[in-house]
Amino acid sequence: MEMYLKSLGDLAATSGFSQLFLINVKLFGVPLPGYFVMILVSFVLLYLAIAKGFEPLLLVPIAFGALMSNVPLSGLNDPGGFFHYIYMLCQAEIYPLIIFLGIGALTDFGPLLANPITFLLGAAAQFGVFVSFMGANLWGFSLKEAASIGIIGGADGPTSIYLTMKLGQEQILPAIAVAAYSYMSLVPLIQPPFIKMFTTKADRAIKMAQLRPVSKKERILFPIICTLVAGMVLPACTPLIGLLMFGNLLRECGCTDRLSETAQNALLNITTIFLGLSVGSTMGAERFLAEGTVKIIILGLIAFIFSTVGGVLFGQLMKIVSHGKINPMIGSAGVSAVPMAARVVQRVSQAENPGSYLLMHAMGPNVAGVIGTAVAAGVLLTLLTMN
Amino acid sequence: MPGKVLDVKVAVGAAVKAGDLVLMLEAMKMENEIFATSSGTVKEVRVRSGDAVNTGDVMIVIG
Repeated sequence: MEMYLKSLGDLAATSGFSQLFLINVKLFGVPLPGYFVMILVSFVLLYLAIAKGFEPLLLVPIAFGALMSNVPLSGLNDPGGFFHYIYMLCQAEIYPLIIFLGIGALTDFGPLLANPITFLLGAAAQFGVFVSFMGANLWGFSLKEAASIGIIGGADGPTSIYLTMKLGQEQILPAIAVAAYSYMSLVPLIQPPFIKMFTTKADRAIKMAQLRPVSKKERILFPIICTLVAGMVLPACTPLIGLLMFGNLLRECGCTDRLSETAQNALLNITTIFLGLSVGSTMGAERFLAEGTVKIIILGLIAFIFSTVGGVLFGQLMKIVSHGKINPMIGSAGVSAVPMAARVVQRVSQAENPGSYLLMHAMGPNVAGVIGTAVAAGVLLTLLTMN
Repeated sequence: MPGKVLDVKVAVGAAVKAGDLVLMLEAMKMENEIFATSSGTVKEVRVRSGDAVNTGDVMIVIG
């Protein structure tokens, strides 16, 4: 009898329940049961993704990864565990790059080529990246952490993850990823008030002339030239820009449809699953339940707002230079949340002027923003890894 | 704007006013409302729902 009781006791000690309420973390001085709280956090993320539609393709894998890795004693993250191995490719920065390949194959750079001046708007909307980089540094984060936080303002998840890993800031990876993807899905809520604050009713009603058609030759030459120019000027951004442009060349060259199809569907989806689970697997209590996470979420929002404002203000400048032919709102689409930011512009413009169709015009700065954020990451990377 | 016609809201012979909703067009996974640019009678409807259209295509003729 005693033996049986002892075995039951041993079994209970190896069950997750024995650790579930273990107090192993402190947040703002309050001791908390880390595993239990993180499981609740994963529930919240699952709810936001499934019921509220917040970037479900990413948040569902992230949340489920967090749920699994917070089952006490599961050993998933230990050497030999599943997450340990899939995280290796995240650590080697492989996933964000493959995702960029897929995005390149998905993206139509036509609107940018038809109106190349909108490239400047994609650059202006990186304003928030640098504002919150400085803000984060002043708020006590190291320069490398601050850079990873600032890049959230570009509204580009893969770039944020890439830069964070490249700078060796794994401890803040989960907070960065969750903030970046949450804000991306909140674009339709965050942007309109700031667009309206910096434009007049008359500005928002400006109609823009139809875009010119873009030839096949231009579409083929663009990814090649862009890779060479960006790579030569800023070698650190070659991996991101190069894979983005390689994907785009597969799409545009007309003889690699099968590869383009795979890159933008199967490969992108497979990588998204592994990237999401990897990020989720890093959401341990000691990392995520930290004061830094709260600060990162606040700074991420500031970065996002300043990027939107930077884009709109530059749009105002372009309105003046173009004698009123450019609607300043399209500047807000310079953040790289494609195509959400462009859709926001379309919606806000049609509310003012039902005959106005700005969607394609806003896609110019929007796709330029993807390049802009990758370049901003390259700038930060170069500055912070110089000896 | 290139896209796919989702729904044609008017038929030949219908009277429309400038600003009336005549067509729904899907572009970038978003539904866009296309409004009549002038008042008159619908003379021709050249697209059906499901058709892919490109910039410059005539979809509806109002006379």
